Amino acid sequence: MKITLNNNIETFELDSFNISELLKIKNFTFRMLVIKVNEKVVKREEYDSVFVKNGDNVSVIHLISGG
Amino acid sequence: MTFNEIKEKLSNKTVGIAGCGGLGSNTAVALARVGIGKLIIADFDVIIESNLNRQYFFFDQIGKKKSFALKENIIRVNPNCIVEAHDILLNKDNIPNIFKNCDIVIEAFDLAEMKQMIIETMLQHYSNIPLIVGSGLAGWGKFEEIAIEKNGNIYICGDRINEVSEQNPPLAPRVGIISNMQANIVLEIFLS
Repeated sequence: MKITLNNNIETFELDSFNISELLKIKNFTFRMLVIKVNEKVVKREEYDSVFVKNGDNVSVIHLISGG
Repeated sequence: MTFNEIKEKLSNKTVGIAGCGGLGSNTAVALARVGIGKLIIADFDVIIESNLNRQYFFFDQIGKKKSFALKENIIRVNPNCIVEAHDILLNKDNIPNIFKNCDIVIEAFDLAEMKQMIIETMLQHYSNIPLIVGSGLAGWGKFEEIAIEKNGNIYICGDRINEVSEQNPPLAPRVGIISNMQANIVLEIFLS
């Protein structure tokens, strides 16, 4: 499937995966993340239940401390 | 555009600033200098000496509340800027009310947890209001790593790598760069 991930189009072999799997595949290991799928926020407790499918627009924003 | 035209355009704009530390104090003063009409600033904290390595406060303000001290400093720079100061710990319940009339909101927290909280809260309540976030500003040098990433109405300023730690403290030059990038995006949005 093809999805838009952080403004870039990326192709994956799987037809669908949940957010936890996406983070694993992309090796996104930052602790603090904001995730949006089609402009809707996905909370941490929904990482296993929300699935990404072909054509979705996914944003993974990571935050680090300092200000 | 002349500066008078710029000031005219900015004079009816309101910017919310979530946090009055390194990012918030410097962004607020930059925006007051160029003529933003109203700033809504919020912080629960008190100024301590170690803040002075980067935050827009003075030695004789140590011990004062950051929100009120920043209001004083903004008004000393530009008495025409209306400042609404909140001495409050921002959270997902009070943010929607405090920032409801803002044209743009600046994220200026220290902790990543708080940055995440305000992004999620703003997306939930006011996804149409631009939110300008600072992430990755510790240390010194490394100009080439600093960038702006835009994601819908969210702008992330910083290197997104250098987290604050004992060995990688936040310091005036880099914090100043990132906070002024945030202020610069405000101008880009309002003046374009």
